[in-house]
Formats: sequence, C-alpha cells, structure tokens
Amino acid sequence: MHLTKEEERTLNGEDGETLQKAMEILVALGDIYGADSLIPVKSAQIAGVSYKTIGDAGLEWISDLNGKVKVPSILNPAGMDMQRWKDMGIEPDFAEKQVEVIKAYESLGIRSMCTCTPYYLEGFSATYGDHLAWSESSAVSYANSVIGARTNREGGPSALSAALVGKTANYGYHLDENRVPTVSVTVECELLGSDYGALGYLAGKDVGNRVPIFYMASTPSSDNLKALGAAMAASGAVALYHVEDITPEAQKVSFANPEDRIVIERSQIDEVYEEVIGGTDDLECDIAAVGCPHCSADELENIARLLEGKGIEKELWVCTSREVAEKNAELVKQIEQSGAKVLCDTCMVVSPATEGHNCMMVNSGKALAYVPGMCKVAAKIGSLEECIKKVGGDN
Amino acid sequence: MVTIKIKCRTIARGVAEGEVLLSTDALSFLGNVDPKNGVVVDPSHAIYGQCIKDKILVFPHGKGSTVGSYVIYQLKKNNVAPAGMINIDSEPIVAVGAIISDIPLVDRLEEDPYEVLSDGDHVKVDSSNGYIEIPEK
Repeated sequence: MHLTKEEERTLNGEDGETLQKAMEILVALGDIYGADSLIPVKSAQIAGVSYKTIGDAGLEWISDLNGKVKVPSILNPAGMDMQRWKDMGIEPDFAEKQVEVIKAYESLGIRSMCTCTPYYLEGFSATYGDHLAWSESSAVSYANSVIGARTNREGGPSALSAALVGKTANYGYHLDENRVPTVSVTVECELLGSDYGALGYLAGKDVGNRVPIFYMASTPSSDNLKALGAAMAASGAVALYHVEDITPEAQKVSFANPEDRIVIERSQIDEVYEEVIGGTDDLECDIAAVGCPHCSADELENIARLLEGKGIEKELWVCTSREVAEKNAELVKQIEQSGAKVLCDTCMVVSPATEGHNCMMVNSGKALAYVPGMCKVAAKIGSLEECIKKVGGDN
Repeated sequence: MVTIKIKCRTIARGVAEGEVLLSTDALSFLGNVDPKNGVVVDPSHAIYGQCIKDKILVFPHGKGSTVGSYVIYQLKKNNVAPAGMINIDSEPIVAVGAIISDIPLVDRLEEDPYEVLSDGDHVKVDSSNGYIEIPEK
C-alpha cells in the first residue's frame, strides 16, 4: 500500500502512540484486502458502544486512547437509554460502566449520540459518492444503497481508527468494481411495511455477502429500504444492494442482470410471519418493540397516529435516536400517553433490559434475526399494527 | 546455534520470542478461549485444553465475531496472551486484536509454517522487520 510521507510518519509513531496504532490498523486492513492507498472519509460511525457487547476489555482499550477525531464521528446504540435507564430496569453497575464507555468516546471528540441511523442527524448527512467509515451494519447498508455513499463494514476499532486518522483504506465498497450486482432477487408480489423486513430476513440468507439487485413489483419508501437493508445485513452480510429504478446507483449506472437469480414468492414471506424464532409457536408475546433501525420522524408520526386514544397493557418499546425524539417531542408525548416507552440511545437488540421476557413481537427483520440469540428472547415478526395490537393497543 | 530466517508479511509490529503452539484449526477468540487464563475451552478444537499464554501461537486464520478483537485485548490485560502469532492468512478480527494488544502478528510466510515448525520449537517473530527466525534442525 502506498503511504504519503505524512502517513509514514504517523505509522512510525511520530504523532504519538494512539495515532500510530490507528494507522497500523488501517494499514493492516489495507494490506489484507489489497488497498492501494488511504482515502479521506467525510464521517465515521463507531460500533462497540454497548457495554453488553464490548465488556471491560473494550472499555479499557477505548480509555487508553488519547487524541481527537479528525472527522465528524458518532456512536452506535448503547446498552441503555442514557437518561431513563432506571425505567428500563437496568442495573446500576451496568449503567456505571455504560456511562464510562460513552465518556471515553467523548474524550476523543466523538459526539455521544448513540444511534444506528446517523443519516437522520444534523451535520451528519452523507451524499452520493461520499466516502465514509461507518460500522453499524444497517447504517452501512443504508449509506451504500439508499444514499449511494461508499463505506465498508467497518469493525469498531477500524471505524475508530478511521475517525482518528480521518482516512480509511481504499478497498471493498469504496471501489466501483466491487459495487456491481452479482445476484438478482425478483419479488413479484406487492409488499407493504414490515414485509420489507421479512423479505430482507429471507433474502439475506441466500445472498450472503454478495451484492444483490432487486426487481420489485412495488415501490419502497426510504423507510422500507432501511428495513430491507437492515434485515439483509443481519441474516446475511449484505453491505450494499440495488433496487432497479429506485436506488440512486441503479438509476445512474446501467448494471447487467446477473446470472445468479433468486425469486421470492408471497408464500415464502408469509411463512416468515408464521414462525416464532427461538421458541414454540404457541408462545405468547409479552413485549413488542419497534424502531430497529431507529425510527425516523415519519415512523414516529405513524406510530403516534396508530396509538391515538389507545392505552396499552403490555410493554411497548419505540426506539429512536435522541435528536429525532427531541425534534419530535409532541409525537413522543402522544406515543407515551398510551403507555408505550420511547427509548433513545439504545435498542431491543443491544440492551440487556429485554432479557427477562419470553417472546418479543417486532416489525423488523433485523431484530427477528438477533433478538433470539443476543437476548435469549423468542421473537416473532408482525406488522406495526399487529405489534400494537399484541400489547393490547386495540381498545 | 545456526538459525534460519523466513520472510513473512507484517500485520502487527513488534518482536517476540517463545515456544511454538501449533493449531491446525482456525480460532475464534470469542468462545474458543477463556480470556481469564488463556486456555482453549472449546472441546472440539485442535488445541483444546492447551494454554496459549506466552506461546508463539500458529493457526491458519481467525473466525467468528468481531468482538474477538476485544477478547485478544482482554487476554493481554490478564497477562495470558500469546507472545506472538503466526497465521497462514490473517483476517481483520485477529489483525485488529493483535494491533490493539501489541502482539506481533505475521502471515504469508515464504514457507509453510506447518512444515517448518513443530510444537515446542523456540522461535523469534520479528514482525517489525518482516521475518521469523527458527533454529536449523
């Protein structure tokens, strides 16, 4: 890999130990994947935030670093709502460690906004062709596919390194040749809402780490695409997908129809709704959680409308980023009047707070893929309306 | 003693010496290794029951969760990490783990490590200069 004189100096430790280590990580990854050089990134999003996933080792590593990030940088969801963790039933010991993790990141100049949807936040927009170092898998997919920006699936330490150096290694999805679709997915039936999550859950298993191009009968919204990409990144390792005539790159570049083909039928999607993952079919859901990935303002509005004048009986979590919640305070108030909790900074997947439940209804293919394994809670997918109904919100 | 130098690719810089521990299986640090004592705890693993502390750990490549990088760091903090590591082909989880933990890591040796190295050999990994040194047999 070619390094500039300045980059060489950093690698040799002349800019301090933290930057040396960050540069070593970037150069090692560049060497492994055959990058020719480092390229500047516009922003970074750093995974490895929930104390539940990184533990003391992660906390120690972050705490040992010194310096300041060179590009706008933000965090992945934490293990709890940083303000309302007591409402969630989080133990004080966990909360203390979680606060330490966030403070360690803050001391490096990282914005302590914890979300999987950085693209909704002010000062954090990405546009077509921008190079980024994002690491939350659904944010990576959204940036690459829905925005047409360019990022690899960065691990926590590599995204942090990119943030500190302001650059990342030029390989993978930063290069045109790796963005060409290699498998087609034809969906002939009409899809609505949570169907896109169910489709992604199915398709991700077949697509693996390839780049799919979808041919669809219906026209997905950006929230639908968010759900599709998130689910494919969870059940597969999809970092980029195209939808013919819809996603920006598919509109600008005329991709050939790949030889490998997958066809998804309505009956297969219906089957996803039937199954209780990680539990028996008769298991009754005792919690519903939406907002995986974090809710947009549009989604909050939709949820508020569905809950209007209703009271719920069981736990209902609505997960979003703090900035989106604060900008839509009236909607949040309306949603919470029903008894639902609008939780910020965290989600049903990375928080330990869901662990005591039996079965969770979700409207997200990503949550469906992760909740059974990571929370040891059975999961079932339903539409947003069904999720609300399941917690008693049909009165 | 006459030694042989074998060229390799630098992944994580540094110099380490120790006894070779060969694993024919890939290694997921998350799940396969106990971070408290450095013992391989997966009963189906090729080096099950062995302790990797202070060894020059030779394995084909890493596998499994990205949290593995942080497990390697935990091993280091607990003083039970390998002194150095040699891979056939490194992958990002182990590479990043080795870098953040200051454990010299090399891969792509000019000769097959499974042919030139045996358990218990004393080997020097000079990752900073891109070679390993072994006694001539």
